[in-house]
Amino acid sequence: MKIMQSEKLAFDYSKPGILQLKLSGDWNFSSGLPSVDEVFTQLDPRPDISSIGFIVSQDFKWDSAFIAFLFKLNNIAKQKNIQISVQGFPPQIEKLLKFAPPQAEQVISQKTIDEPFLDMIGVHFIAARDATLSVLDFIGDIALTFKRFAGGGVFFRKDDFLVIVQKCGVDALTLVSLISLLVGMILAFIGAIQLKMFGAQIYIADIVGISMVRVMGAVMTAILMAGRTGASFAAELGIMQANEEIDALRTLGVSPVEFLVMPRVLALVIMMPLLTIYADLMGILGGFIISTGFLGLNPVEYINHTTAAVRLSNFSVGLIHSFVFGIIIAVAGCYRGMQCKRNSSGVGEATTSAVVTAITAIVIATAVITFVCQVIGV
Amino acid sequence: MEPVVEIKDLDLGYDDLVVMRGLSFSVKKSEIFVVMGGSGCGKSTLLKAMIGLNPPRKGEVLYDGASLWGVDEKERYDIMRRFGVLYQGGALWSSLTLSENVALPLQLYSNLSSQQVRDMALFKLGLVGLDGYADFYPAELSGGMKKRAGLARAIALDPDIIFFDEPSAGLDPLNAKMLDDLILELRDNLGATIIIVTHELASIFAVGDNAILLDSDTKTAIAQGAPKDLLANSKDPRVIKFLTRGEKQGVE
Repeated sequence: MKIMQSEKLAFDYSKPGILQLKLSGDWNFSSGLPSVDEVFTQLDPRPDISSIGFIVSQDFKWDSAFIAFLFKLNNIAKQKNIQISVQGFPPQIEKLLKFAPPQAEQVISQKTIDEPFLDMIGVHFIAARDATLSVLDFIGDIALTFKRFAGGGVFFRKDDFLVIVQKCGVDALTLVSLISLLVGMILAFIGAIQLKMFGAQIYIADIVGISMVRVMGAVMTAILMAGRTGASFAAELGIMQANEEIDALRTLGVSPVEFLVMPRVLALVIMMPLLTIYADLMGILGGFIISTGFLGLNPVEYINHTTAAVRLSNFSVGLIHSFVFGIIIAVAGCYRGMQCKRNSSGVGEATTSAVVTAITAIVIATAVITFVCQVIGV
Repeated sequence: MEPVVEIKDLDLGYDDLVVMRGLSFSVKKSEIFVVMGGSGCGKSTLLKAMIGLNPPRKGEVLYDGASLWGVDEKERYDIMRRFGVLYQGGALWSSLTLSENVALPLQLYSNLSSQQVRDMALFKLGLVGLDGYADFYPAELSGGMKKRAGLARAIALDPDIIFFDEPSAGLDPLNAKMLDDLILELRDNLGATIIIVTHELASIFAVGDNAILLDSDTKTAIAQGAPKDLLANSKDPRVIKFLTRGEKQGVE
């Protein structure tokens, strides 16, 4: 009896106890091939079959996809105590089958082990505790390094420091200008809609001036710098970690926090307040352009209102924000970079998590500073 | 026998820097051909020109008579489909498991079902002695295992020609020997033509049927032939010095 299955594979039961597979056509990966399951579905209703043989047609062509098919067929057949005879195949097929090792037990990768739910909670809790301790350790290390820096006992390259200052200062000016100008314009427009109802458009100057100087200038600059400089710190240190450059520093007896982290934190702590002052001015300029150009306010009156509304306390609160944000962005970027796994995906993860950590911490810090200022009446 | 690979009057370099001039040689089917030379002599530059990564300044790289650099990009990719390349560090995609690394070329260029692709990947990993490590990520492997996994990926599509860039670099002697044996087995069992770029003498003598020695001073090939014959018969002191690690200086 013969049952045709496909153009390539047919089954022949003419010999008792033997299933003969008739192979024809192309058995390669470009044309595809039948599944091994097709063969074993034939065997299920026929317990008398104890052997599988092959009849190969003239037009039969193969590559290693066929060898993989035979290899799997052989492995499953062994489990079912069915003999496979590869007689009649070209010698190279027999050679390749011998070359392939017997199927081994899959070794379980550490990353694929499934854990019970409670174990997972425990593992996450311990990981969170370890991460917190690790962050505190890192911050402590930076603090001690700054203490040594104050005493002049720190080794780092001044040229590197100046390059970092340039990258996170001057190079960021264009972006900070654009965003701050637009934020100032948006604030002016939003304020105008409400104040127009009371005929009090001149107070746009107060709204734009106070909000930019007190919070918005610092927050917008910080978000920009988290995405720009924080991510760059994480990627730089992450790649250095992956390339064992940080290990090389350690073996030289140089503290990576001293040589790599401290210059970055210092640069950003210096540049963030300066960028924030610049962003404040650009924001006020944005409000000025909209108020005088589109809303018809008197320019001199606008400037007078702004200078009267923005007090030193507002300016100080803005600077405190920027100083804190500078520390947050630099520490988050450097910490994630130093913790980076030694592969390319690790660098990507470090960069993403540096930005996410920094922005989350910026929002929390803003809330805390605002609350404290409210309590102490600043 | 017609050569599978022919290099004709090839000049290599970057911008104003000339690395190699007038290089010509050919490789026969199922031959293991070694490109040897000291560090910085242009071995890797030659490899990049041969596998379609960097164009030569002049000359031709021919595969069965078809010019790699004389055709448009689409035709070049068709020629490149015949290659398998094992890069120096394995060049495995770190976010993929070993079986996914090997399966990717099959997913791109085969008509197999996903189960068959997985079976093929396991089979190829088995051929290089990594059966059982299918679900491991590259970061979890030793240097030798990474190279073997890279080799499994290189042979995924049954290439006619397999290139090896410094296969034994960074491996201990036992792993280096294991990889040399694997290269011989691949040639014998798959019938592939193999081109190896290396300066490891043990590997050169263990596997090389034919070889070419590049020289950074003259920027040319200074010897060509079977490595053992070169060692026994060459009169060129530079060749003798290279093949004996400087222990014999030869006749100046």
